[in-house]
Amino acid sequence: MMMFACLHAPGNLPLAVECARGFSPYIEENPPDTVIFDVRGLESLYGPPEMLAREIERRIGVPASLAIASNPDAAMHAAHGIRGVTIIAPGREAEVLAPLPVNLLGAGLLYAAADRMSSETAELLHLWGIRTFGEFAKLPPLGVAARIGDEGINLQRLARGEGCRQLRPLVDPLEFEEELELDDPVESIEPLSFILSRLLHDVCGRLGARSLATNEVRLRLTLEDVRKNEANSPEHVVLLRLPVPMLDAKAFLKMLQLDLSGRAPVAPVLKVHLKAEPVKPRRTQQGLFVPSSPEPEKLELTVARLRHLLGDGQAGTPELRVGTPVLMDTHRPDSFFMRGFAPRQAVAQNRRIAVADMPVVETPCLEMKNARLCLRRFRPPRYAQVIVVNRQPVRVVSPSVNGRVVMAKGPWRTSGGWWREGGDYAWDRDEWDIALESGALYRLFQDAAQGRWFIEGSYD
Amino acid sequence: MANTGASVIQLRSQLRARFDVPFEVRKRLEREQIPTGIPAIDKLTDGGIPRGTLTEICGTESTGRTALVFALLGEATRRGECCAWIDTGGAFDPLSAVEAGVDLDRVLWVNCGGNAQHALKSTDLLIQAGGFGLVVLDMADTADAITRRIPLASWFRLRHAAERAGAALVAVEQQINARSCSTLQIEMRLKKPLWIGKLLRGLMAQAESQKHFLTRTTDPSACALPFPARTTDLSACALNKSHVAEFSAVR
Repeated sequence: MMMFACLHAPGNLPLAVECARGFSPYIEENPPDTVIFDVRGLESLYGPPEMLAREIERRIGVPASLAIASNPDAAMHAAHGIRGVTIIAPGREAEVLAPLPVNLLGAGLLYAAADRMSSETAELLHLWGIRTFGEFAKLPPLGVAARIGDEGINLQRLARGEGCRQLRPLVDPLEFEEELELDDPVESIEPLSFILSRLLHDVCGRLGARSLATNEVRLRLTLEDVRKNEANSPEHVVLLRLPVPMLDAKAFLKMLQLDLSGRAPVAPVLKVHLKAEPVKPRRTQQGLFVPSSPEPEKLELTVARLRHLLGDGQAGTPELRVGTPVLMDTHRPDSFFMRGFAPRQAVAQNRRIAVADMPVVETPCLEMKNARLCLRRFRPPRYAQVIVVNRQPVRVVSPSVNGRVVMAKGPWRTSGGWWREGGDYAWDRDEWDIALESGALYRLFQDAAQGRWFIEGSYD
Repeated sequence: MANTGASVIQLRSQLRARFDVPFEVRKRLEREQIPTGIPAIDKLTDGGIPRGTLTEICGTESTGRTALVFALLGEATRRGECCAWIDTGGAFDPLSAVEAGVDLDRVLWVNCGGNAQHALKSTDLLIQAGGFGLVVLDMADTADAITRRIPLASWFRLRHAAERAGAALVAVEQQINARSCSTLQIEMRLKKPLWIGKLLRGLMAQAESQKHFLTRTTDPSACALPFPARTTDLSACALNKSHVAEFSAVR
């Protein structure tokens, strides 16, 4: 059986909400002073409605009117109009509500705008001499409909205690964060890992309970300030941005450990704050003939290990050592930036291509008869001394590349970027393709601004 | 040379009479292959670069090693496979890769900043992670003195990891280092650069392959094949084949 309780606590809405949370997760808040909540199924815990009402009254601890009824509107009207505790047995709503003044009709309904009484209707009812719920309920429905319309029908239904609407429960803001203040400062990573493990399991458990995952984990460590200035304690922040949503506490812990061991906090840790951004989990369906790709969890962990091993720059710059290069839309030599590796899901083109045991003669790649000549770059370009005769390089001298030039083709002039602020971006140079007597092929260029020669790379 | 082959057959038959175990028939492991997209190389390697094992591509500068590996990478990414490029010296050129048909979205580039040990460890980590169809260990610019010091145990470890993960592991170097650990060895040579007018059009490369089947055979005809002079580890391979192919890498 549906049972709803309504607490009307003028000036004490937060207390009423807190009290209602102790009984039900389905709570409708009607500011400024009313809370309606679902109490069905509580008989087994608290016994009959009278016992339940006594428990609610005990817990709220402040003066409040309480009503329990079979529908939310009847409970709300009773709580507004009758002081103390009111329990309305199913079927007796009209009888209990009958003495209430008619101006209470729909007064506390925040959401149901259609059920609120307009000033014209209130004036009309006053002219008719209708003062109570009971008097309004006794009016013939057809007459009310003819004179007041839909509003009159709805109000009369409320006056009879016949509401049957659903609650509009409060939705908690989805915040998944944990915080732990430590009694003693933690100085090493190992004990901190135990704390992080606990917090991560809690956060991941809550995310999992709501069928969510996360693509961003932010760890904020409040550090002990050597100057003992608590208001401005230094912080150490670790941000894990994941290309795909994940929910693996162990993987998160390992990634945080790798980050912390590579970039340790500068002072002992006083407080740990962990926050995860909730997102919908990844749902993928791999095809039978689609090549396998790395599991995102394993891949992220591997990339974190590689970054820890190699050291790493900022994402979006060429300094990032592990990732996917993205070419920039410019003619400037060697222009690219790096981003995190997040391969798209492969699509099986057709079975013959996906299966590797197909005969070689059937591969579509046979259309490509030749390979492409590739450049192996020297980063940064290697400075070289070049002897030039008749405007042609004839000898190259550098620590790594040395020899007589047997063939040189060029120069190919290229320049650009002069319109941008800062001299670093602009380039202006003459390029040569050369072959040394050893047979090696290089790309050589002379910087127009400096007049110096550099070897950009070797053709291979 | 024919006398040598006959001597080997005779020696094996004598040994088989006393110790039959080393000469028992074992089925040769058939491996999947990734075609390179270069018909001459695919023909040379009987279909492409084998998966689940180590392949070495070696040669000096401008011998077409990178062109060959980029062609392979292009084929693998076109099939939708994820690939990794462990770049010891940071020489990877994304523009050349795109021009060679590589889908960069499917390539994880690891720049090891010239540290060969880091490159080996990164390769191990990536193969262990699984899911990569092709892993390229680029040590083409690493000095011979450094690559020669890599112990065979490291190569074996990488090879076994590739075997478990089913990935094709390709090492690009200046000379053969893994010796018997690699199933296929391709040695590249520059035949001639191609100049057309004022342009470097490309280069013509020569590839010589040596296959090392780590199985034993009782096939006398196989034993009769003369071992090529360049074979480095006779004890590990019962059957070696050496072929040469030529291809062009053009702009």
